[in-house]
Amino acid sequence: MRGTPTRNNPYGDGKVVDACSIFGVIDVTGRPFSGDRAIAAIACMHERGNGLGGGFAVYGCYPDFADWYALHVMYMEYDVREHVEGYIGSHFQLHLAEPIPTRHVHTISDPPQLWRYFVSTADHPLAGEAPDDYVVQQIMRINTRFRNAFVFSSGKNMGVFKGVGYPEELAEFYCLDEYRGYIWTAHGRFPTNTPGWWGGAHPFSILDWTVVHNGEISSYGTNRRYLESFGYHCTMETDTEVVAYAIDLLVRRHKLPIEAAASVLSAPLWSHIDRDSSPRGILLRTLRQVYPSLLLNGPFTVIIAHTGEMIGLTDRIRLRPLTAARHGPLLYLSSEESAIRLVDPDLGEVWTPLGGEPIMARVLAPGEGLPGPQAAARPFGGGTR
Amino acid sequence: MSDHDLLSSDPDQEIDAHGVHYRDLNARIRQALQRGPCQRLALRHVCGQRYIGTGLRSHVRIEIHGTPGNDLGAFMDGPTIIVHGNAQDGSGNTLNSGEIIVHGRAGDITGYAMRGGRIFVRDGVGYRAGIHMKEYAARRPVLVIGGTAQPFLGEYMAGGVVLLLGLNLQADEPHPTVHVGTGMHGGVIYVRGAIEDWQLGREVGRAELEEEDRVLVERLVYDFAGHFGGDPQAILRAPFVKLFPLYLRPYGNLYAY
Repeated sequence: MRGTPTRNNPYGDGKVVDACSIFGVIDVTGRPFSGDRAIAAIACMHERGNGLGGGFAVYGCYPDFADWYALHVMYMEYDVREHVEGYIGSHFQLHLAEPIPTRHVHTISDPPQLWRYFVSTADHPLAGEAPDDYVVQQIMRINTRFRNAFVFSSGKNMGVFKGVGYPEELAEFYCLDEYRGYIWTAHGRFPTNTPGWWGGAHPFSILDWTVVHNGEISSYGTNRRYLESFGYHCTMETDTEVVAYAIDLLVRRHKLPIEAAASVLSAPLWSHIDRDSSPRGILLRTLRQVYPSLLLNGPFTVIIAHTGEMIGLTDRIRLRPLTAARHGPLLYLSSEESAIRLVDPDLGEVWTPLGGEPIMARVLAPGEGLPGPQAAARPFGGGTR
Repeated sequence: MSDHDLLSSDPDQEIDAHGVHYRDLNARIRQALQRGPCQRLALRHVCGQRYIGTGLRSHVRIEIHGTPGNDLGAFMDGPTIIVHGNAQDGSGNTLNSGEIIVHGRAGDITGYAMRGGRIFVRDGVGYRAGIHMKEYAARRPVLVIGGTAQPFLGEYMAGGVVLLLGLNLQADEPHPTVHVGTGMHGGVIYVRGAIEDWQLGREVGRAELEEEDRVLVERLVYDFAGHFGGDPQAILRAPFVKLFPLYLRPYGNLYAY
């Protein structure tokens, strides 16, 4: 990363104190809106990142192609593209292929080739009854078989836009001012244990699941090996990748409700489970016993999103921050409260969930009213987990 | 002069912090104090700037309008900071002396390692408030929380005073927290309202308040009401419990072979 030391440390400090920043906003009426708020909010937390990674997930950004999987692919070397395109052409029905629109930003150096492909599985004999499984399988093949080519977004009517730089610079680079979505999540990176490269930026994604993450997942090795037995292969050199695959396995394939999946990833301590003799305690015990290898150990806060829903979750003893806020149909999640107040000064409720307690917001069904206050009744939004 | 009188008059100097980087904001605060006598300095449109008042040695009163960023008043030595809004994480980190008064809530690790001074929070605080507070001789830091606290209040506490009032709880509603005082080996935590033994760290004992405890709690409750209003006598009528460390060196043998 040429030139990054001075960019990361403009004041020549002896020590640079950073942390990742995460932000998410959903309009539960499903109304698409511009990325202005998400971009301004993540830029407000500029100090938390160091310019070695930033990115956004936008839901509802491809309404005209909503029935097709949108594959975003980064090519780290020139020649690999024709091989991958040959593979995509022979394993999917390809409807549209084009470079992802970008513009020149002087601080974004050496970007890979970035392409997107709108595909379906309709006519492919192997896709059969489970097109999502087929798509996951093909992405794993591309990411493991082709050196220097990575599919980093693969859902329908959503997209991940990420790379090396500060998030507000990447928003400019990817022309995100031209997109609208009903969920925006954003990430500013301070890489700790792994390199700051384009594939290692957040969000991490599989199908329409995306994850932005602040923290370190020290159980990465255990999680990764477990997920490999279900056909997920980690290729992005960053711990967060396992969260995307774990949530796909738990919710899409094993059909767990989000609350149960959250209790797997951020399982309560045994001392808490032992005190709970209710059916809930039995459920929590069962989940810990069935899925010990998907417990995420170490400090984390994540914002997970998929079609129609956004979820905030922290580790069980909340070693990384998360603030939630609501204003009418908008729900915000952020590493810092100030970032939310910058883009929405007239918040109705602001609260901080307890560790391991998921904050969920989903797009309302037609005719469904807005949910009641989440924060007011419970000062920190939860019981004594 | 009471809080009310101060708020109804104009500050000596003002800084509009809108869009100002935290380094520049702190530089401008120091410039303002050097420019001439300044007893009251108002910061407007603060939004996430970190380290406001860091290491500042002065007796100025800084009034913050907006949402200050992390590590508010870190290493500060003397000033009074009044936040009209919520504070984020790490307020009063290693505070030396002075006061931080938050007319709202405060985030995680409020009062982290403070070794002097006082912090008053009107509403609740996040995880690990008062972590590793310490004291030496007359330097005895104080953290007063009007609402309740998320888990690990007073974790690894080595000195100082935490007062948890629980004013936002219903009568008899226990504090929704756990692991209070985990690793505590000094200082004292006073809790108003109900807290069960299972909510405490294993290094923590509980006792009735003695006369000197009552005097201290009463004085802090009156100061709290002076900042935020409310009837101190009514606050004091509820039951209090004193939490203290059972062992002064719980990990003395942990690394001794």
